[in-house]
Amino acid sequence: MDPNSLAVMANRIRMKDLETVYRAGAGHIGGEMSAIDILTTLYFHVLRLDTKRPDDPDRDRFVLSKGHSAAALYVTLAERGFIEQAQLTTFLQPHSALNGHPNRVKVAGVETNTGPLGHGLPVAVGMAKAAQLGGADWRVYVLVGDGELQEGSNWEAAMAAAQFRLDNLTLIVDHNRLQQGARVEDTNQVAPIAQKFAAFGWATTEIDGHDIGAIISALEPTALIEGRPMCVVAHTHKGRGISFMEDRVEWHHKVPNEAQYEQARRELAEASK
Amino acid sequence: MNPNAALHDCRDAFSQTLEALAAERDEIVAVCNDSVGSSKLSGFKERWPERLVNVGIAEQNMVGVGAGLANGGRIPFVCGAASFLTARALEQIKVDVGYSHANVKLCGISSGMAYGELGPTHHSTEDFAWLRVIPDIVIIAPADPNETRAAVRFAAEHHGPVFLRLSRVGVPDLFEPDHEFRAGQADVLRDGRDLTIIANGTLTHRALAAAELLAADGVEARILNMATVSPIDVAAIVAAARDTGAILTCEEHSIRGGLGGAVAEVVVQEAPVPMRILGVPPAFSPTGSANYLLDEYGMSPAGIERSATELLARKNAALTGIG
Repeated sequence: MDPNSLAVMANRIRMKDLETVYRAGAGHIGGEMSAIDILTTLYFHVLRLDTKRPDDPDRDRFVLSKGHSAAALYVTLAERGFIEQAQLTTFLQPHSALNGHPNRVKVAGVETNTGPLGHGLPVAVGMAKAAQLGGADWRVYVLVGDGELQEGSNWEAAMAAAQFRLDNLTLIVDHNRLQQGARVEDTNQVAPIAQKFAAFGWATTEIDGHDIGAIISALEPTALIEGRPMCVVAHTHKGRGISFMEDRVEWHHKVPNEAQYEQARRELAEASK
Repeated sequence: MNPNAALHDCRDAFSQTLEALAAERDEIVAVCNDSVGSSKLSGFKERWPERLVNVGIAEQNMVGVGAGLANGGRIPFVCGAASFLTARALEQIKVDVGYSHANVKLCGISSGMAYGELGPTHHSTEDFAWLRVIPDIVIIAPADPNETRAAVRFAAEHHGPVFLRLSRVGVPDLFEPDHEFRAGQADVLRDGRDLTIIANGTLTHRALAAAELLAADGVEARILNMATVSPIDVAAIVAAARDTGAILTCEEHSIRGGLGGAVAEVVVQEAPVPMRILGVPPAFSPTGSANYLLDEYGMSPAGIERSATELLARKNAALTGIG
């Protein structure tokens, strides 16, 4: 897809994510809005996937380490054709395959179960190592939150990825500067993120995580450096696209009331024009 | 039991079998936390240096990397000292391996109190309890080199998570070289009608020695080697309760939540009979070797015999309505 079509798709995914969370009466909407431009670009431009063969051994792997953004992933998987659109209405309902965090056993297209933070990057390192051992050309992408980098397991994995020269691994940091209870900088500052990964031996780049053209460029094969894993620090805004949610801590997992829902829908519809 | 029988470090059988399997199957890889020597992976490293994934001293990453390798079509044997593997990386074992149903083989080396004098930081006397409550992980504690070989082969064949609980403490040969391991099925090593002793790992040969002491006093004990702690062999436990009327369990693990706990869960619900659980008491161990501490905790052959005799008295008192 070209950047304009991707922007249209991202808007559509935001709208459906809003509907999904509103209908369920729960979710993590703020961090979903911050990640949706990245998810859209991955699933509709970057990832080599076959919806008819979700377990194709040569598929690219994507790991949503910030598993609480599950609704955004489910909407994206539905748009991409891995799951039925109708299934989205079951989000969080009893016995739904779509619970609050993604489950690979129940949802086609999910690679590993996430939820507790700091799990995705180690698993992604193992995936990239498997591809390297097999001389395979598939790539591994993992999306983490910035607050999530407070988990030490990420830094264990960061060391190993550089040691193993995993240039088939790309880490994208959703740097929205907010965590559940407060600003990251007021809790346990993780910035400057790119400098930290550079010191660990990674190639790094910083982009506007809502600029689809910039996301595409950062994920181009030409942006890679041989022998080094790639860290893309994507500067984003929690609640992006919905004025009263943007950069507000409380919208980590707040659910819009009816009036807020209607206003959010109007704003997203306006942006799509 | 021959008191002069040669004793074996089961890590050797583990690494020999792993290398034999790796020679047959390219997918098999080893993952470790700087434990090349203590996990006996030097030979593997020499033969397949690229297939030995050493993540350094980082157990959370080690288990996550194992899950990722499995996703990429490899069969990872993730090896580390049992205490660090299971305690440090428990959430990774739960989420990345168990809940994700990843085809990862967790190899807890030097489990129980094998590190002896190094102390409770290095002892792994909680791992049965921690891993047993995670669904779908097959938990195996082999009792000798041949059972270890068979268990490693089972782990490679089985699609899904496995935890192999291995020791470095010497044990005698108990099984034939062609021993066939059946996950979830206990072996009757000796039959008897007076009571049943259930053991695994380093305790099986001690239980057999205790049975000989009991036999000298005219007490016939059934000895069950219950290498698989999860899924537990319900049928063998119920049969033991019905046939012998009393069950004594022995393990190099806390008396809380381990083999004894798993057996007791079956006994109280399916066939209540008097029971006694021998194992490591809920206190941090004093300084001592594994064998010293096992004896101290009443698990020398004579200690097991004593507990069996007490249990038998309880059983008989209950039968005659006395006490």
